[in-house]
Amino acid sequence: MNSVVSFRKYFLLIALGCISLFANAQSSSVILNLAAYENRVQQKNDTLYVVNFWATWCKPCVTELPFFEKAAQTFSQQSVKIIFVSQDAKTRAVQVNEFLKKNNYSSESFILSAGNPNIWIDKIDTKWSGTIPMTLFYKNGTKLYFHEGDYASFDELEKIIHSKL
Amino acid sequence: MQKLFLAILAVVGLTFHAVASDGYTVGSSVSDFSLKSIKGKNVSLADYKEAKGFIITFTCNHCPYAKAYEDRIIALDKKYAAKGYPVIAINPNDAVQYPEDNFDNMEIRAKEKGFTFPYLYDESQEQAKKFGAIKTPHMYVLQKDGSKLTVKYIGAIDDNWEDAAAVKEKYVEAAVDALLAGKPVTVTSTKAIGCGIKWKK
Repeated sequence: MNSVVSFRKYFLLIALGCISLFANAQSSSVILNLAAYENRVQQKNDTLYVVNFWATWCKPCVTELPFFEKAAQTFSQQSVKIIFVSQDAKTRAVQVNEFLKKNNYSSESFILSAGNPNIWIDKIDTKWSGTIPMTLFYKNGTKLYFHEGDYASFDELEKIIHSKL
Repeated sequence: MQKLFLAILAVVGLTFHAVASDGYTVGSSVSDFSLKSIKGKNVSLADYKEAKGFIITFTCNHCPYAKAYEDRIIALDKKYAAKGYPVIAINPNDAVQYPEDNFDNMEIRAKEKGFTFPYLYDESQEQAKKFGAIKTPHMYVLQKDGSKLTVKYIGAIDDNWEDAAAVKEKYVEAAVDALLAGKPVTVTSTKAIGCGIKWKK
């Protein structure tokens, strides 16, 4: 009997451990290739995926990140998922994570590492010049909207998200 | 069928419009310029009497892509200047928003890295607009025929900005090698890989 109790206790600990590992994985950037990126954002469900391409060194990107973080809270009751895709070099994953942590950004984030940019930029969107910031909206496995350049305000971003819900 | 044709026409029209309004394209004639160099005097393409062409790069000091490519741009100049294709670097960024890209810092960066080529300041951003450059670095290979300069390649330096050792395709080198051999350039344009040019507000 005693051993069953202790087993349950351990099971609980292990389960909690897994949850905290998962939580950590969400707030720190993993490196994804193109196929993994597409799998993540092109899911066949009603969630609106708002995918923002940015980098720690890009000033207009860094300026608009809080708008996306705020949007995650504003739309927390709707099916909206904010995803940050960093264009930092894959060797800078530690710095990217430190930056996100320092600013208390909790949206899902990863670094895209997909080889020759002259191939993958077009695969993400043929209209895209490759400059950041750039934001894509996906729902039900399809791309709804492409926006190259920054958002001037949270209101501007909020309006667009509303229109795509 | 007619609808489909119209749709195709619309798409082609849009694409053409996007390209046509964006400055020089492959095959365009380039007009000479005179820009202030970090050495103090102005530099024009006409100053290079012996040149067969040019490797023009719009670049800057602060951008991680531009930094990652500095050594490769120096290597291009070392390899091709003697063969008649010198590198000319032009910084078009607004130094008000990005003080790291101001004239004094251009001088410092060029010294630090030992630039072997002129580093020019496009303060009015007129040349960047004329060329249709949108990024740093953004490469243009020009061929000279008498006094006429023609764009032969626009885009990226190669296919891997992060790791020079892992590069498979050297687009600029391939273009210049083809021109030196009197052959047509195979890949005439790619997407430049870099930071957006910082336009004045």
